[in-house]
Amino acid sequence: MSAAIPPQFEVVDRPLDTQMTISMGPQHPSTHGVLRLELVLDGEMVVKATPDIGYLHTGMEKLFEYKKYQQGIVITDRMDYLNPLGNNLAYVMAGEKLLGLEIPERAQTIRVLMCELQRIASHLVWLGTHALDIGAMTVFFYCFREREKILNLIEAASGGRLTPSYFRIGGLMMDLPAGFENRCKQFLNDFLGAVDEFHTLLTGNKIFQNRTQGVGYISAEDAIDWGLSGPCLRGSGVALDIRRANPYCGYENYDFEVPTEPDCDVWARYMVRMRELKESHKIAVQALSRLKPGSVKADAPKVVLPDRQAMKKHMDALIHHFLIVAEGFDVPAGEVYFPIEASKGELGVYMKSDGGPKPSRVHFRGPSFVNLSALPDMARGGMVADIVAVIGSLDIVLGEIDR
Amino acid sequence: MESEPVKSEVSAGSTSSSEQTPSPLVAAFQREHPDWVKDVIEDRGETTIIVPAEHILATCSFLKTWPETHFDFLSDLCGVDRGVEEEPRFEVNYHLFSTTKYHRWRLKVLLNDENVHVGSVTSVWRTANWHERETYDLFGVIFDNHPDLRRILLPEDWQGHALRKDFPLRGYEPYSLK
Repeated sequence: MSAAIPPQFEVVDRPLDTQMTISMGPQHPSTHGVLRLELVLDGEMVVKATPDIGYLHTGMEKLFEYKKYQQGIVITDRMDYLNPLGNNLAYVMAGEKLLGLEIPERAQTIRVLMCELQRIASHLVWLGTHALDIGAMTVFFYCFREREKILNLIEAASGGRLTPSYFRIGGLMMDLPAGFENRCKQFLNDFLGAVDEFHTLLTGNKIFQNRTQGVGYISAEDAIDWGLSGPCLRGSGVALDIRRANPYCGYENYDFEVPTEPDCDVWARYMVRMRELKESHKIAVQALSRLKPGSVKADAPKVVLPDRQAMKKHMDALIHHFLIVAEGFDVPAGEVYFPIEASKGELGVYMKSDGGPKPSRVHFRGPSFVNLSALPDMARGGMVADIVAVIGSLDIVLGEIDR
Repeated sequence: MESEPVKSEVSAGSTSSSEQTPSPLVAAFQREHPDWVKDVIEDRGETTIIVPAEHILATCSFLKTWPETHFDFLSDLCGVDRGVEEEPRFEVNYHLFSTTKYHRWRLKVLLNDENVHVGSVTSVWRTANWHERETYDLFGVIFDNHPDLRRILLPEDWQGHALRKDFPLRGYEPYSLK
């Protein structure tokens, strides 16, 4: 028989009748940037969570209106800085839709290949930081080891690691360098083994399961109502993928699955992204095998910069080069909305032209912005520690939210 | 250095192709509610329907539940300033998407400079909440019956609306916390 517990050590389980408002962030490490949450707490239970954003607002959408179309590409790199090639793609494809440009097949295939590599890289940062937030440090190093290889590939192709600006309106900046395909093949051969490593580290981990299962619930109807997209929506069992729904870049010709999980919680979103790593790998392998020699620039001398050698030899190429750089190219008046499936969900670009060399309005529908707006619903009624897990599972990038 | 943005010389009306026949779905919608459709623009494979501001809430809730369209997903909502001289000056664009039919429409509301009020569609899609706050913040469009119409990207005490064409790129003066 155990001794009677002295009264001062008796555990009293009653909810506090006082509510406390605390500010989480903007410098909190698990808010992935500068996000501030205003939390109303009852003990450790979240009564209300109100996100406060805008700390990183840099007026990018205003800046687009003062820059020529080709100058806007470098601004897009800095929005979702974990998925810059996705931003480049949405922007240039909106411009191409306004212009009515046809893109050569090789350029399309390279775009698919690079975007899938970038999606893997983005998911790896998510996985590393999400696990780190929950307390599993090791995963972070494994993820960044793999991501480093992808960044090296992107650097080889474009010259930039985090800000590649590789795509241009009308094609690519330049063709892939010699030896790229072999390096890429080597990476893809090793990558599935690495995914298995991540699974060994996390998926069977009881602590990780307890921290994520049944946390941050959002039903399919609510998810659609809140405009969730990407892995967050698929984690609620809705098989929606823009690559399938409104295919672009020839995605309709690739064989891949749209993974969904029915559980609607942090764990489900984790599993969706883990399965997407393998799907992206599958698409990248297919794209690599389909690479055929050919041009990577559209046949539109007034829009696409000429080949460097041609510029030095032909007068018309030199004139076009000069005019495009100095004055830009005129885009016919009109407006388009171009959605793509970025690593975080539906990334849509609304672009409006008045006919000049600068857009009159560019608007980015950032998936992080919309996904974050559903956070109050997911966090309500949970514990403070669960908020960290929920934010991690949303995979937000503040650069894109605040723009 | 930065130059002024190009003045809009082409009014949005000129891209309208009223002689072009709208798709059967748009025609069916137009038959259903003729006074909700001011104009239909079919351009570059995208359907734009210009809706009078007073009917936008009714149009949105109808299109969300109408089985033919089933627009249950609001992709995006954004404002546009067509230029200080333009009349009507502001546009609000609603990009609708259906998670079952995979089609997209754009609804457009045109607003005059004097009357920048439009009904909030937060009651139709909750995701409209932040989009409308952003449009209010950057363009000064006021969404009536919005549950929480505050600035979202810029500070509470910011003067003016930054994405209006008459707002200078570098602002009026450096912002400092008061």
